[in-house]
Amino acid sequence: MSQSAVKEGFARALFVGAAAVSVLAVALICVFLFANGLPAMAQIGIPEFLLGTTWRPANDLYGIFPMIIGSIYVTAGAMLVGVPAGFLCAVFLSRFASGRVAAALKPGVELLAGIPSVVYGFFGLVVIVPLIRDYLPGRGLSLLAAALLLGIMILPTIITVAQSALDAVPQKYYEGALALGADHEHSVFRVVVPAAASGIMAAIVLGVGRAIGETMAVIMVAGNQAVIPGSIFDGVRTMTANIVLEMGYAADLHRGALIATGVVLFVFILLITMLFNVIKKRGEAR
Amino acid sequence: MTSGTMERVTTREAAGATRTTVVPSAGAAAGAGAAGGAAPAANKMVVSDLNLYYKEFHALKDVSLTFPENQVTALIGPSGCGKSTLLKSLNRMNDLVEGCRVEGSIMLDGSDAYRDVEVNDLRRRVGMVFQQPNPFPMSVYDNVAFGPRTHGIKKRAELDEIVEQSLRDAAIWDELKDRLKKNALGLSGGQQQRLCIARALAVRPEVLLMDESTSALDPISTAKIEELVAELKKSYTVIMVTHNMLQALRVSDKTAFFLLGEMVEAGDTDTIFTTPSDPRTADYVAGRFG
Repeated sequence: MSQSAVKEGFARALFVGAAAVSVLAVALICVFLFANGLPAMAQIGIPEFLLGTTWRPANDLYGIFPMIIGSIYVTAGAMLVGVPAGFLCAVFLSRFASGRVAAALKPGVELLAGIPSVVYGFFGLVVIVPLIRDYLPGRGLSLLAAALLLGIMILPTIITVAQSALDAVPQKYYEGALALGADHEHSVFRVVVPAAASGIMAAIVLGVGRAIGETMAVIMVAGNQAVIPGSIFDGVRTMTANIVLEMGYAADLHRGALIATGVVLFVFILLITMLFNVIKKRGEAR
Repeated sequence: MTSGTMERVTTREAAGATRTTVVPSAGAAAGAGAAGGAAPAANKMVVSDLNLYYKEFHALKDVSLTFPENQVTALIGPSGCGKSTLLKSLNRMNDLVEGCRVEGSIMLDGSDAYRDVEVNDLRRRVGMVFQQPNPFPMSVYDNVAFGPRTHGIKKRAELDEIVEQSLRDAAIWDELKDRLKKNALGLSGGQQQRLCIARALAVRPEVLLMDESTSALDPISTAKIEELVAELKKSYTVIMVTHNMLQALRVSDKTAFFLLGEMVEAGDTDTIFTTPSDPRTADYVAGRFG
């Protein structure tokens, strides 16, 4: 074998190995989660586990329905806050801001993405929670606080992905609209934004994925009661919070139930990722 | 400004007889009325002493030119001669170019396109078809209805009628009438370009600018669009930039030749191609450069 063939073979092996690491990691996580979670789920009974409304490990009652609802509520609330703000910010950065304004805003958005979630949680705890406690009903630690905080946390994800989708829209569409006598706003919102629709949808789905998986910041402001909240001012416990709060001392079936909660969370993320890929493919097909 | 130039404007009588009038190109006298009073074809647009700069670059130098109503005017010349720049200043698409500065005047029906006419209204009245077909990534119907909707037409029946009429005017109704709901990006290049013409016609423009609109198309599609232009000039004033001199000869009534930002010569197309007065024009139309 010639020297260059050896070198090439070595490089190839290196790249394959590097690529295999991430795939292997996903596979291992899958195996671990399902191997540990499914037996517990089976022991509890799948309907009792998924739809049971009482979570009382001391009495061997493991219904995670309040946590599923909690995750969905918090994520939906975060979307209500983060999607309009993030989308409009992306449109502004892509099509309205002058070069200098965009250059000033962009690092701000990037910094927002880099802030550790515990710092977000701290901000929520000392700013958002007291505000809600002082001016609105409830103790402040609430679904509303978690939704507001998560809404801010997902902004960078939505802004960055949506903006690159908007930036990728060919200028000829915009010019075509202008040449028909449409003004700037009309051209942007009726031609450029629809042309970037799949990318913007992908941004939103990524935001959902980020929101549903967030743990630390949510634990710090959500109150974490394992009951279905009656209003946005009530406390709420998400699936992620459920796992983190109890994993430290859980044993046996309790521990299995927490891992099974992770399985449910994993399936949620899987569905979201699949949705993201479908949207992306559809966008490319056009 | 090239001192004391007189622009030779050739117009055709309705009967078909050709006569030549001489119109001074300088100053306010070149308004729509100046030529319109004497000649049967009024000037739809009049460009006077136009100087255009891209930052420091002097892209158009003292250009004065008239565009007779219901005629096809072709702008020819080698790449970078300023013909597309002139076209884009007629509907102010040059406003998008940073550092673009315009001096002189462009009149549309006697009102100043840069001062008296609101820019979006100007672009509605002076439609444009681009070099690359640029249908929006939406249905055929929505493409054509985009302009009318932009200008406030909401009623479905009215839109239906405009869409059908515009597609008919662009000679593409028969091909597309069963595909109105299909995405326009699925059409062939030639169909896309005719769809873009239909889209431009849907806002009822008075002038249609065509920026090398057939250069990206195959010969058959090109022939279809040339036929279409001959039909369109009955209702519209057409101004086209073309690299294809045979195309200018085939479809235009008037031709203006540009070189390095200057308009060398303008006049009746047959004259420009057979007996041009400037040797540079003669060289260019004979294919000796450019």
